Amino acid sequence: MSSRPIRILQLYPDDMNIYGDWGNTLVLKRRLEWRGYDVELLSYNPGDAFPEDVDLIVGGGGQDSGQTKIEDDLRRIGPHLKALAENGVPMLVICGLYQLFGHYFKTKDGVTINGIGLLDVITVGGTERLIGNIVTHSDDFGDIIGYENHSGLTTLGKNVEPLGTVIKGAGNNVTDGHEGARYKNVIGTYLHGSLLPKNPAVADFLLLAALKNKFGDQTTLAPVDDTAESTARASARRRPR
Amino acid sequence: MAKTVVTMLGKSVRRIAQLRGGSGSALPGLFVEKIDPNFIKDTLSTLPHGVTIISGTNGKTTTTKMVVELLESQGLKVFTNRTGSNFTRGVAAALLGEVDKRGRLQADIAVLELDEAHAVHFVRAVQPRYCLLLNVLRDQLDRFGEIDTTAKMLQTVAKATTGGIVINRDDPRIGVPAFFEDSTAPARTYGVHSGLLSQFPSDDSMRASSTDTIANSTKLYADDVCLEAITENGAVIAFGGNNYELSLNLTGIYNLQNAVGAVALVRLIMGDQLDQTKMLKALSQVTPAFGRGETLTVDGQPLELVLVKNPSGFRLALQSYTPREYATMIAINDNYADGRDMSWLWDVDFDSLQTGGVAVVSGIRADDMALRLKYENVAIGSVEVDLSAALNSFIASGAGSAKRIYCTYTAMLELRRLLAKKTDVEKVR
Repeated sequence: MSSRPIRILQLYPDDMNIYGDWGNTLVLKRRLEWRGYDVELLSYNPGDAFPEDVDLIVGGGGQDSGQTKIEDDLRRIGPHLKALAENGVPMLVICGLYQLFGHYFKTKDGVTINGIGLLDVITVGGTERLIGNIVTHSDDFGDIIGYENHSGLTTLGKNVEPLGTVIKGAGNNVTDGHEGARYKNVIGTYLHGSLLPKNPAVADFLLLAALKNKFGDQTTLAPVDDTAESTARASARRRPR
Repeated sequence: MAKTVVTMLGKSVRRIAQLRGGSGSALPGLFVEKIDPNFIKDTLSTLPHGVTIISGTNGKTTTTKMVVELLESQGLKVFTNRTGSNFTRGVAAALLGEVDKRGRLQADIAVLELDEAHAVHFVRAVQPRYCLLLNVLRDQLDRFGEIDTTAKMLQTVAKATTGGIVINRDDPRIGVPAFFEDSTAPARTYGVHSGLLSQFPSDDSMRASSTDTIANSTKLYADDVCLEAITENGAVIAFGGNNYELSLNLTGIYNLQNAVGAVALVRLIMGDQLDQTKMLKALSQVTPAFGRGETLTVDGQPLELVLVKNPSGFRLALQSYTPREYATMIAINDNYADGRDMSWLWDVDFDSLQTGGVAVVSGIRADDMALRLKYENVAIGSVEVDLSAALNSFIASGAGSAKRIYCTYTAMLELRRLLAKKTDVEKVR
């Protein structure tokens, strides 16, 4: 294996880390280590210099107060993040950062918060919180199992694909059956739970994209034992909403 | 309907519910609430020292138990909702057990443990004279939505309080002037020495790259009760310009933090009437509440039950209890009272269990817990969803060693029921 470590950047871990977002980072790190790769975890917080040579970016959800703290900074680094996404850098953004990766978030009170438009989605504040276990289906990843907790209602534009189609739960909004959004190697979603531990196919998609960018298209992922993951998926999908 | 009739009917429903094997809290409470919405208010309004509410995310049950015992040391007769069914219906049910046939409560003061949402509901009906607000941490966000929403709920409680407010000055959401700027009742504070703060990771520092802990250690008011130091078998606490070294029967740093909160509240309630010697003696005798570090004896070995219900509580518990020489079991349920969302398990560091491993993982979401441990490189003996089978195999495999079970709320109740068949388990009313 190459001695060059895989550099995973956590976006705003101080302010946007609610609902077990650390689980996603940990899963990416371990699944690389099990396959013999070295991993370097980086953090980016408001005002920091944006690190060079980032292979994979993860970002989480936040309180309203946490989102307020990072909005301006996110718009500042927005063009750079967009350039990275265009170059195929894999990214996973959950809940709050999923919304702010879109064009805008219009709150219940009519205030519009501009996002960075990396994902062709818009979000409007809803009146009820959509909370509970959720199962969606993706042709690429199979069933995706998680937990959602949001009041924003997101609608996809024509430049993105949904991550999955809702089987049980609410999803992006309560009308069109879509959950999450995909653009190139970027995934936005409302699912936490955490997402990646019980959805190793999504984790491995992000990892393979990062490894191919770094080491070339011939790179493959060695299989790992996912017995515990399969068991946890099976018992989680039996739970009520 | 006449109060006597309401009381009689309510008591009957409570008896029937208990005969059917329930804890006797929800159903009779609901019954009384339906036929007499003013039952709680009317019954509590006659108490000479009024109503005290204890709320916050973690430590309500243990702190309430401490406050009750400290007040009893002062000769007060205290009414409380001891079962930890900390919602209005639970209060109504507890009242039914205590009132006489005419619906009168023979007590000097009511000390009630209420969760944040139910506290808001409760203060709309009954204005508390005092409140003790412990902390705001991530818990049951699947019910309350956001942690900032939870803080606002406690603010509502503070605002409704008439006589005095006691707040944890170290909590970043409660211990700030903005929190009680709308409150009219005077505020007092409690907290821990700044050198101990690093042992209380806050949610804000959970994944922070900085080493900030709870930032706010400024004493807001002169009359403060402070946990100065932790000693071999107790603690040093400071108030009124003096330090007191106490031996205590409490384990866990957070129980000591709650103890200083209880002292601050009792000093406020008793004022000039306080018998300090008796209060401190009672404090040194307080034991943890059921399932909160409670120790039972099974096969001649100690078995500890440690309730965990949110990331900060689980992290503090793992920090407070050393795994050395203890066999460990973890039981995670996701019933409504536990919270359905399992994300919180990913916000707990389990590295302290890497050396000894976990003997048995159990509960409805045992498979989620096992997956969490896999990614923390913690070895697992066995995974058994069924609590009864898990408990038996844990006891059999750990013969001759001390045991500790970390469990969520409903798992704890079930384990206590199972353990009562094997050993002495104190009945909780």
